[in-house]
Amino acid sequence: MFNYNFRWNQALNSLPQMLEGALVTMEIAILSMVIGIIVAILLTVCRISGYRSLSAIATTWVEIARNTPALFQIYMVHFGLGSFGIHLSPYISLLLGIAFNNAGYLAENYRGALKAIPDTQTRSARSLGMSAPQAFVHVVMPQMLRISFLPMTNQMVWAILMTSLGAVVAMNTDLYGVTSALNALTFRTFELFAIAAVIFYVITKVITLSARLLAARMFRY
Amino acid sequence: MIEIENVRKSFGPLEVLKGINLNVPKGEVLTVIGGSGSGKSTLLTCINGLEPIDSGKIVVDGVEVHARGSDLNKLRQKIGIVFQQWNAFPHLTVIENVMLAQQKVLKRSKAEAEAEAEKQLKHVGLGDKLKVYPSRLSGGQQQRMAIARALAMSPDYMLFDEVTSALDPQLVGEVLDTLRMLASEGMTMICVTHEMKFAREVSDRVAFFHKGVMAEIAPPDELFGAPKTPELQQFLSATH
Repeated sequence: MFNYNFRWNQALNSLPQMLEGALVTMEIAILSMVIGIIVAILLTVCRISGYRSLSAIATTWVEIARNTPALFQIYMVHFGLGSFGIHLSPYISLLLGIAFNNAGYLAENYRGALKAIPDTQTRSARSLGMSAPQAFVHVVMPQMLRISFLPMTNQMVWAILMTSLGAVVAMNTDLYGVTSALNALTFRTFELFAIAAVIFYVITKVITLSARLLAARMFRY
Repeated sequence: MIEIENVRKSFGPLEVLKGINLNVPKGEVLTVIGGSGSGKSTLLTCINGLEPIDSGKIVVDGVEVHARGSDLNKLRQKIGIVFQQWNAFPHLTVIENVMLAQQKVLKRSKAEAEAEAEKQLKHVGLGDKLKVYPSRLSGGQQQRMAIARALAMSPDYMLFDEVTSALDPQLVGEVLDTLRMLASEGMTMICVTHEMKFAREVSDRVAFFHKGVMAEIAPPDELFGAPKTPELQQFLSATH
């Protein structure tokens, strides 16, 4: 019935290349999270700023990021901006596309987290003479990031998995790209993608476990 | 000196302050009593500018609180306030809670802030809790921490908004003792409270608020001994 001979050895020979791809995948995911967190904080500030135009921009960002496929978002960064003469490399396009998506989801997480922080926290801070930005940065934001820490871990896992969408912008140095290229050369499709899947799995597991350890260390209150 | 002149304040259609006139000179301990919704807590948040007012004015040491261009952040350093609950910053240790505003607002160095925080926390009896997080403190200890935090800003006035109302009965005493200590040290204080015995003991004057109006104000013996208005008579008989 099956007419496929497994050749794991051949596929495993490519492991070093795939691990290099995995490093690129992790690099993109981490950078996209750093950008995503910074932008999400800015979006959150815009949304609570009380300025309607700022809040509208932030809400639009969040709506698009959360309600359109991540694949479209990455595609638009590369080819959409390309139509206007802004040509970004596949690496940068993938990075910014994922960062755009991260920012939208994280901003929504932050909004939920803010609701869990009583108003009296800001009031207490303001009553001690802190300015509104000081109260946000020193009192509200640390609590917001703590409450949304686990959702942020989820987003980090998503960011890792989303790197495979680099396929649509011809990204070929990340884990998916490398695997796909090796497949074109060797046709060891099942073996290669099974190995890639295991690598993805290990990366995401390591992230969730280390996030848990980190949380236990950081949030002692 | 805090001067409150014909202050009115509404939340939507509900007028909570209906023309309050009140002067609190330096060194006075004023307690404010009255039923829920009588406007007494709102008055406190108006005094340090956390709430805007609709008309009238509040002047603290010559500075009009709600005037355009008044530096509220500066003013608030002078006026400490402690609320009913949720005062503690949960992500900071007790000593960090007391250090934060000193460093960010008064621009004190870390060492200065730390020394001042330690001094104030010892003062309120929390010298052994410096490095713990507020979640490990009882409600009474949290309130005392909040008092130390406000005192660390070296305020000229302290406002207390029902600081014992959310506490278990056995914890009320320790917080009231802290307030008594402050009063005896000459701090200018306005305490909104439901603790009648405390009000009677520490106050120079007691004000009775009823439905947004300051119905009576007098030294405690007079106010509790010979209440003039039927509202106060009723209020006192209901609370005894």
